[in-house]
Amino acid sequence: MFGREGAPGEQPYWIFKDQIKCTGCRRCEIACSLHHEGWIWPEASRIRVFMLFPGVEVPHTCSQCEDYPCVKSCPVSALSVDSKTSAVIVDREKCISCSLCIKACPGEVPFLHPKDNKATICNLCNGDPECVKTCQEAGYGVLNLVRERPSSARRLYSRKPEDVSKDLAINLFGEKGKEVV
Amino acid sequence: MPRGYAGKYLDVDLTRNRLEDITFDEEILKIYLGGRGLATKILWDRLGEQWQKVDPLGPENIFTALTGPLTAIHTGARTCISGKSPLSNGVIGSTLSGEFASEIKCAGYDGVIVTGRASSPVYILVTDKGGEIRDASKVWGKNGEETIKAINAEVREELRKRMPDIGAWREPALIYTGPAGENKIRNAAVMQKIAHAAGYGGYGAVMGSKNLKAIAVKGRGPMPDVVDPEAVKRLLALDARPRPGSMRRWGTGFGGYSTGAGSSSEPVRNWQEEWHDEKQFGGPMFEARYWVKRYWSDFNCTTSCMKISCIKEGPYKGDITDCPDYELQAYCGPNFGVFDPGENIHLSSLIDNLGFSGINTANTMAFAAELYQRGILAKEDLGFELKWGDADAFTKLAYLIANRQRIGDVLAEGTYRAALKIGQMKGVDVTPYAVQVKGVEIGAHGIRSGRDSTPISYALSVQAGDHTSTSSDGFREMGTIFSDSAVFCNFTGDRTIQWDFLKAVTGWDITSEKWSTVNGPTVFQTQRALLLLGGPDLFWSPKDDDNPPRFYEPLPTGPYKGKAPDRKQFEEMKRNYYKNVGWDDNGIPTSETLKKLGLDDVDKVLNKLRK
Repeated sequence: MFGREGAPGEQPYWIFKDQIKCTGCRRCEIACSLHHEGWIWPEASRIRVFMLFPGVEVPHTCSQCEDYPCVKSCPVSALSVDSKTSAVIVDREKCISCSLCIKACPGEVPFLHPKDNKATICNLCNGDPECVKTCQEAGYGVLNLVRERPSSARRLYSRKPEDVSKDLAINLFGEKGKEVV
Repeated sequence: MPRGYAGKYLDVDLTRNRLEDITFDEEILKIYLGGRGLATKILWDRLGEQWQKVDPLGPENIFTALTGPLTAIHTGARTCISGKSPLSNGVIGSTLSGEFASEIKCAGYDGVIVTGRASSPVYILVTDKGGEIRDASKVWGKNGEETIKAINAEVREELRKRMPDIGAWREPALIYTGPAGENKIRNAAVMQKIAHAAGYGGYGAVMGSKNLKAIAVKGRGPMPDVVDPEAVKRLLALDARPRPGSMRRWGTGFGGYSTGAGSSSEPVRNWQEEWHDEKQFGGPMFEARYWVKRYWSDFNCTTSCMKISCIKEGPYKGDITDCPDYELQAYCGPNFGVFDPGENIHLSSLIDNLGFSGINTANTMAFAAELYQRGILAKEDLGFELKWGDADAFTKLAYLIANRQRIGDVLAEGTYRAALKIGQMKGVDVTPYAVQVKGVEIGAHGIRSGRDSTPISYALSVQAGDHTSTSSDGFREMGTIFSDSAVFCNFTGDRTIQWDFLKAVTGWDITSEKWSTVNGPTVFQTQRALLLLGGPDLFWSPKDDDNPPRFYEPLPTGPYKGKAPDRKQFEEMKRNYYKNVGWDDNGIPTSETLKKLGLDDVDKVLNKLRK
């Protein structure tokens, strides 16, 4: 639908997720961790697919909230906003693993890295996210890189995977959806 | 441990409440890899000499859930379940898709081996910190959907309690069994993700016999290191190219119509026919009304042959399953005389939820329906009428078997054992209606039309009626043993690069030729030996290397009407096959065959079968 719009540029970009189409293949996690960690590492991937009930797959990653509560919450200024991409950048040297950014995030998106316990957040791969590329190449089109436009396609707050799952379950399974998540 | 392996296996003794991390020598892994191969080796080493006395449903049996070196790195992550099969009394490698495979690797384990029997219902939880045995009394008796929901919630809560600050915990991956496994129905499956089953072999019953409801796993580590990461990345990119076309579009979900109408090889009313032309049973009728997700995959898959169906109104409202795939479309559809997509989805969903193997138990159910048709079973045996096409009656029958009530208690033993027992009860030989080979009900691919499987596909297979591991020329079989032992899905990926893949991961130079002449046959011959040793309730002889009687009856309908394999031709194929794979006139692997592979110990034990 959207694919990857234009070249990485001045306006804020964000990853639009066509959530209900997610197949659960986790190729995004593989691509992300190959890029950032050099090897396949699902729990270190900056995008993680939750599956609280089979069929209800929720690709979960940062959506760059307008007011960046995570950045504001950091007591040591380890988080900042990339002026070019609008992504949240973590200064791992400064991070003290206090988890306040996780608590501040409306979607509980950040997590502490399994290796060094540092806050870990999607940095949009400097404007050309690997997860989007792989999802598009695979022909699923769940992850799309879109430019923010004032009248449509506005970035919204992330939501907790539990809440998204509840919505998707009802959308997929009707009334039965209320029972499964 | 070699590269490609997480480095250890969790060895659990449920009787003694003991968990231990164990390893295998590189020399062993280099031959058997993992999955089906390694399971065969473990079973041989630990139980081979007393095999005939080992009760598959006794505490002495071993349950294995193993990955291989290519698991989750190669596209299409699967886990291979094995043990001594309560159906064939041999060893069956039964694989199922899902994230159990990637999670266990990321938790630092290559598999779980379970012996003994817990004194009360338990599940095993595996994390980066190791394995633990946990109480499952709250989920005992629960169906698949309820089990997933309950254990997901409990494990997530527990892990969050243990590490509250790291952020949102994902759900664990879960293999489990339903009420059918708990009640030791011989054809109970090991399930994952509602509708994925390791069905062949009856290992859900083995779990039940051990009081083991589930194994949950959550790993936070990376996938194991490989020898040549750059090569793996290149191969992965190549291997993971999207595969548009019919497998992605329909999966096998068009088969319920086309296998009947096209190749006349679909079970219709317990294989009394193999042809039908019921066009309302075609893929689009499932899709238009019931598919709620068109592409559904498991870890590292770009084929997406799975789809999700859900019934949203009417008497079966709330039933969820996959496409269903061809096997259950056939076995819970035309095989029951059911040609309505909604009823088929309902029956498939029910059978999965109860924890049955859908192929095998549905075969037993239709066997019962044919006995009812012939007046051998009566309403008094069942408590209700059992007519072809009556979805409600088949629903009742599924519960009857799962709960071992009335005749369900006999049918719970699988088609062949039930046939022997009903024969005694009723004083009439009903084995001609049992469509199975060596205790294993055959897959939904008939042999009579000659357009699907061959006369020796099942008759000579070391996994008996298992349609995923059929016999052909003694060579192609080895390809299946490879994917079941390196453990990846054979519906995805590019099979021509698998040897390069193995080398890039492990560094081992195993060529196609070496695998087909050394490694593969080592597994194959050991499986054959264990199948022939069999026991304790049933033993197989060369005359059991045969097709079910029904497959010699000419097809009664359809474009291939009148066709059936010729017995004489079959006997000749059988003799040739024995010779090809190095078996003697009784189908026993010869000393020469075994010694050439270094299987002297197997040869020695087989002496007790040689006259």
